[in-house]
Amino acid sequence: MTISLQPQERLLMDAQEMGRALSRISHEILERNKGIDGVALVGIRTGGVFLAQRLATRIQQIEKREVPLGELDITLYRDDLSIRKDQPEIRKTTIPFNISDMKIVLVDDVLFTGRTIRAALDGLMDLGRPAEIQLAVLVDRGHRQLPIRANYVGKSIPTAREEKVQVFFEELGQDDRVSILSS
Amino acid sequence: MGLQRKDLLTIAALTVDEIQLILTTAESLKEVGGRDIKKVPALRGKTVVNLFFEPSTRTRTSFELAAKRLSADVINFSPSTSSIVKGETLIDTARNIESMQADIIVLRHPSPGAAENLARSVRSSVINAGDGWHEHPTQALLDMFTIKEKKGRVEGLTVVIVGDVAHSRVARSNILALTKLGAEVRVVAPPTMLPDSIEHFGVTVFYRLDDALIGADVIIMLRLQRERLSRALLPSIREYAKLFCLTPERLNLAKPEAIVMHPGPLNRGVEISPSVADSVAAVILDQVTNGVSVRMALMYLLSGSGERSTLNE
Repeated sequence: MTISLQPQERLLMDAQEMGRALSRISHEILERNKGIDGVALVGIRTGGVFLAQRLATRIQQIEKREVPLGELDITLYRDDLSIRKDQPEIRKTTIPFNISDMKIVLVDDVLFTGRTIRAALDGLMDLGRPAEIQLAVLVDRGHRQLPIRANYVGKSIPTAREEKVQVFFEELGQDDRVSILSS
Repeated sequence: MGLQRKDLLTIAALTVDEIQLILTTAESLKEVGGRDIKKVPALRGKTVVNLFFEPSTRTRTSFELAAKRLSADVINFSPSTSSIVKGETLIDTARNIESMQADIIVLRHPSPGAAENLARSVRSSVINAGDGWHEHPTQALLDMFTIKEKKGRVEGLTVVIVGDVAHSRVARSNILALTKLGAEVRVVAPPTMLPDSIEHFGVTVFYRLDDALIGADVIIMLRLQRERLSRALLPSIREYAKLFCLTPERLNLAKPEAIVMHPGPLNRGVEISPSVADSVAAVILDQVTNGVSVRMALMYLLSGSGERSTLNE
């Protein structure tokens, strides 16, 4: 299958690599938690939600059991709300289970400064007291501004600060892939 | 995103897109009210001042709760306890409040246009919580939210507004919002309670409640403002109740799934019979719950313009 890349786009992972990384992460989640008892996946909107859904499908195929799945919008917990000129759009948080005493695997597409994850941790804590929170990301691109580290990483990719890493999703009508977009 | 305006003063000035943005944001924020910890940090460090020149428990509490759920600090000002009794003007009061670094001022005032007047004089965002007989935009927005939540849409619905339309800011704001969103609006009341040329607002006028209710999807009952009886609008409360009280028999004339709304406080047995007020058709308490979400959405969206635009004077 040939993918049509945008101009200024450099491919980092194709659809196959993305699929393999997610399969490996699914196994790592099961290994680390010794199954899925008390485990739930929570995707951070928007990219993390698609990835959490894909992980849930894979885990269900392996374990023959459904894993609880939630969607988290972190907008209200951003640390730049009072300095931005324009308010970001608020979308829905849907977590249809009680997260207290659960082992929550937070899922995001790209780990960069760590500020999104900080906001997500605060958001989750307001919804209950999980036994544990783990972090799964498809891409770790470095340049952390907060002491945050992922438990499961699809691929670590060295990047320059000013570069833009974007994950494309089939769910959005795109060809699955991860790319660097240079401006 | 965000509203590209400093203040929320009227429904008349809002575009359909702005109304939809407020309703969608409120829908996302509704989940916060269902949590154990009903608080998010979005407006941390912001100050909201409730400036109420008319008695109100429901609206003021709703704004206060909305601000607190967004982690803003709230101050309540009411005239009986403040310098207004000493002769200070509205603008001077507001400028003093602004000097205390208020980000949002919520104003209820008996004079039409008071909120617009205030908005021109201060840099803080102003939200109109009712100005005389003019508008009550947040009530209309929460009514639109409730209709959308219960019926899935506003467009194409038949909505009946019953009662003293002429002296109701709730009716005026609702007529504007409903017609903008594409509903078919009917008003029904004794002729003394309908303004001249109300047809120009794009509504159909009825004088008999039974006629108006046939085929209705939504019925909005207005409170009979007893304080207005001295103005000779009505012979008596009993006669009004006989002709305009929403009873179970009359409700049967509307569509089977019709909903009944009321901005509160209820006059049971006057404009609405107790059995209708307590029936499954009544969504009056949902309106109260939704009011908090809608006001949260407005405060969030208005606090977006990081640097306050200069006064439009």
